[in-house]
Amino acid sequence: MALKFKLQKKDSGMKKKKQALKKAQESFLQDLFRAFRKNKLAVLGGVIVILFLIMAIFAPFIVPHDPYAVEIDLQFYEPSSKYLIGTDMFGRDILSRIIYGSRISLIIGLIPTLISMIVGTVLGMIAGYYGGKIDYFIMRLADIVLAFPSLLLSMVVMYTLGASLLNIFIALSVVGWARTARVVRSQTLSLKEKEFVEGARAIGVSKQVILLRHIFPNCVPSLLVLFTLGIPEAIMSEASLSFLGVGAQPPTPSWGLMVYRGKEFIFSAPWVAITPGIAILIIVLAFNFLGDGLRDAMDPYMKQ
Amino acid sequence: MSDNDVMLSVEGLKTYFFTDKGIVPAVDDISFAVGAGKVLGIVGESGCGKSMTALSILRLIPTPPGRIVAGNILFAGKNLLDLSVKQMHSIRGNEISMIFQEPMTSLNPVYTVGKQVMEVLRLHQNLHKEAARAKAIEMFNLVGIPEAEKRIDTYPHQLSGGLRQRVMIAMALSCRPKLLIADEPTTALDVTVQAQILRLMKNLQDEIDSSIILITHDLGVIAEMCDDVLVMYTGRIMEQADVYSLFENPLHPYTKGLLQSIPNLHKDNESLYNIKGLVPNLLNLADGCKFHPRCEFVQDICIEKEPELFEVTKGHFVRCWKYMG
Amino acid sequence: MGRYIVKRILGAIPILIGVSLILFILLNIVPGDPVALMMKEHISSDVVARVRAQMHLDDPGYVRYFRFLWNALHGDFGMSYKLNRPVASLLLNAFPNTLMLALAAAIFSWIVGIPAGIISVVKKYSFIDYFFMGFALFGVSMPVFWSGLIMQYIFSLKLGWLPAAGFYSPICIIMPAIVLGWSSAGVIARLTRSSLLEVMGNDYIRTARAKGLTEAAVLVHHALKNSFLPVVTIMAIQVASLLSGAVITESIFGVPGIGRIAVNAIQDRDMPLLQGAVLFATFLVIIGNLAADILYSYIDPRIKYD
Repeated sequence: MALKFKLQKKDSGMKKKKQALKKAQESFLQDLFRAFRKNKLAVLGGVIVILFLIMAIFAPFIVPHDPYAVEIDLQFYEPSSKYLIGTDMFGRDILSRIIYGSRISLIIGLIPTLISMIVGTVLGMIAGYYGGKIDYFIMRLADIVLAFPSLLLSMVVMYTLGASLLNIFIALSVVGWARTARVVRSQTLSLKEKEFVEGARAIGVSKQVILLRHIFPNCVPSLLVLFTLGIPEAIMSEASLSFLGVGAQPPTPSWGLMVYRGKEFIFSAPWVAITPGIAILIIVLAFNFLGDGLRDAMDPYMKQ
Repeated sequence: MSDNDVMLSVEGLKTYFFTDKGIVPAVDDISFAVGAGKVLGIVGESGCGKSMTALSILRLIPTPPGRIVAGNILFAGKNLLDLSVKQMHSIRGNEISMIFQEPMTSLNPVYTVGKQVMEVLRLHQNLHKEAARAKAIEMFNLVGIPEAEKRIDTYPHQLSGGLRQRVMIAMALSCRPKLLIADEPTTALDVTVQAQILRLMKNLQDEIDSSIILITHDLGVIAEMCDDVLVMYTGRIMEQADVYSLFENPLHPYTKGLLQSIPNLHKDNESLYNIKGLVPNLLNLADGCKFHPRCEFVQDICIEKEPELFEVTKGHFVRCWKYMG
Repeated sequence: MGRYIVKRILGAIPILIGVSLILFILLNIVPGDPVALMMKEHISSDVVARVRAQMHLDDPGYVRYFRFLWNALHGDFGMSYKLNRPVASLLLNAFPNTLMLALAAAIFSWIVGIPAGIISVVKKYSFIDYFFMGFALFGVSMPVFWSGLIMQYIFSLKLGWLPAAGFYSPICIIMPAIVLGWSSAGVIARLTRSSLLEVMGNDYIRTARAKGLTEAAVLVHHALKNSFLPVVTIMAIQVASLLSGAVITESIFGVPGIGRIAVNAIQDRDMPLLQGAVLFATFLVIIGNLAADILYSYIDPRIKYD
């Protein structure tokens, strides 16, 4: 029984293989792009993110007013043609402050996320590849960090370091690395068993080179998704910390802080608190659309 | 084959998948009939459309992206493609049932195997719980599951692959279906278990007197089990004959290739024959005969025009220009 | 089964110790003298020194940590600097409020999220699916503190239906619970949908269809139970995110819970109170994870208990 037969013809020649690989890579990007483009929300998210980047970079050139200029006479101007979304309790133009605030959100979104991704990737690869005690230690540390409600942990870090924008970087990085480490570790564990890694090991390639050349590139798709989805989380965390008074300090035009400062006047001048919140909602939504689209587009490849 | 001997007849069936990259003709204009009490084998490499043919009969093609675009499937005088969704439910698992390739994953992990067999009985035979349980135990005994009373309360993960496939068979046969479709029922099993399962199916077929469509890539299984054979390639029938004609006088170069790649214990073959090339991508099929890129006997006409199914001797059809006229 | 539970509980102990250690290190390297802070000005330095000695603040760090751990194990989290009352009793008084809020929010998120996820799968790729999923992402992306303000503006100021803040009658819990549950509902709807879709692609779903079950029966009897595994997991993670959210919600709506205690403790630089509140909240998260593990093993017979 079991008269199995295989109808395969093994390819020979490296050149052919390389060509095939190149073709596969091209079609990978094409597939990715096609899947991504099909998702209209993801494209919309991408467009909003690009507009947001432009707004943040060119903020000084596009603001209609000085975001820091206090004009007590102009307190609580309702939205008008001069002050498109009104002024706050110090008579500052809210639109200009929101535009400047995009710079803070951008930096907060990118830098702590990047730091925690790098830390998490390195620790995750080490844990997954070396295993043993170091794996146990790193993963228990990740478990511990993940056991804290994230906002409370960053609040504690802010308490210790003091409320400032710079310290938010540290607080968010401290909290953020653990999840990346878990994902990268589990990918490293499965990649470690793959033929191409075993092959590299068999011909005596060093561990560092294997990690860098063979394992890391295969983690990139999931890292990209984690990164895109980490940005809105960081933006939201900063806004929350600032709203609680332990983040950015006045007169920084942080969106969360603006909501916090405006909330006393929610009944008399609702635009002061509500408009910065809309800015947060839009940018977080845009990044989530983008990240979701990327994840869906890469899903078949990540499963491989 | 006269009309009242025919259990199922499929006419001009086309099942296409509408994907982002284009239309995939998984099943392309297939016609065949299964006689009452007969076993029809469908053989071919993976991706040739044999599983999709089976799923089309039960109307279980995942939609979207798949859809049956043309054809008739006549079963007991009814065209299955004209039935309502409700009528189809009363046929599935009852008059036509199916066994799948992967016994490991085809059973629901969170229910006991007994419950899953009882579910069919309660659904189609309106049995109450105790009666269904008694019947399920009876079926377990029938398919040779030892300690049936005990095994019935176990979860799938606690059983071996062979036992799970016996559970699947018990489930499929519990309503005494007129037609059983078995999609690679033994592929995932150990060699010794394969033989047991095949013998079991053969014995049960005699007992229950159902027709069987047996899908496999294994010509050995075909030789052992089947009365008639379809050889499929790229969603088409390449050769169609009774099992003796096919093995004694294979006509299509593809069939010959398949037969030559069976290891023969009686000859000292140094190396196993391989059909050159790979199964083509259904998205961009060659013009002309779909097998010509891999064929040893390719002629000009093969590249230009696709051959029809020619009847070479009575009941022996082949889609190859070599046998025209 | 019993052994499995015991094993899981034992496994949580190192995490708890790690949590307490990290928290202790973070909070006890803070510059500034808590005694001086507590006593304000006009206090002679030898009084400060005496109080420091009383509070054992001059002992080496590890001695202080083990004393803290030992006391915590006996339910003693020290005295609040600001309120001069035992932290443990402050937390225990606040806990029922947080529990009630979080529970109401969780129930809201299940009632909204799970059906939305299921409907999205039944009507997959239809307008309803896109609508629900767009809405879910909207819920996830909305800042809790902002949606709370909007709710207050609409339902308290404009409509006058609900009290804006305070915690004196059951009606007060409606708004904070919805605000807090909203983003969880989005997460749960998305997760229910994706896990259900994944389950629907399994071989045993095809088997169920081939048996002649209706699509509804396939969904209810064969898919839902399997797809709840990840949803149960999220319920555990939910404990953490609900507690994070409660910090904000409690501040906005004036709910006297653990979260508000933590925020006030930071503002007052009341270290023992902050330490106790965070430790207690993290303890709840660990309990939630344990509960999910145990629930998981009940649902999925494949999980081995050894």
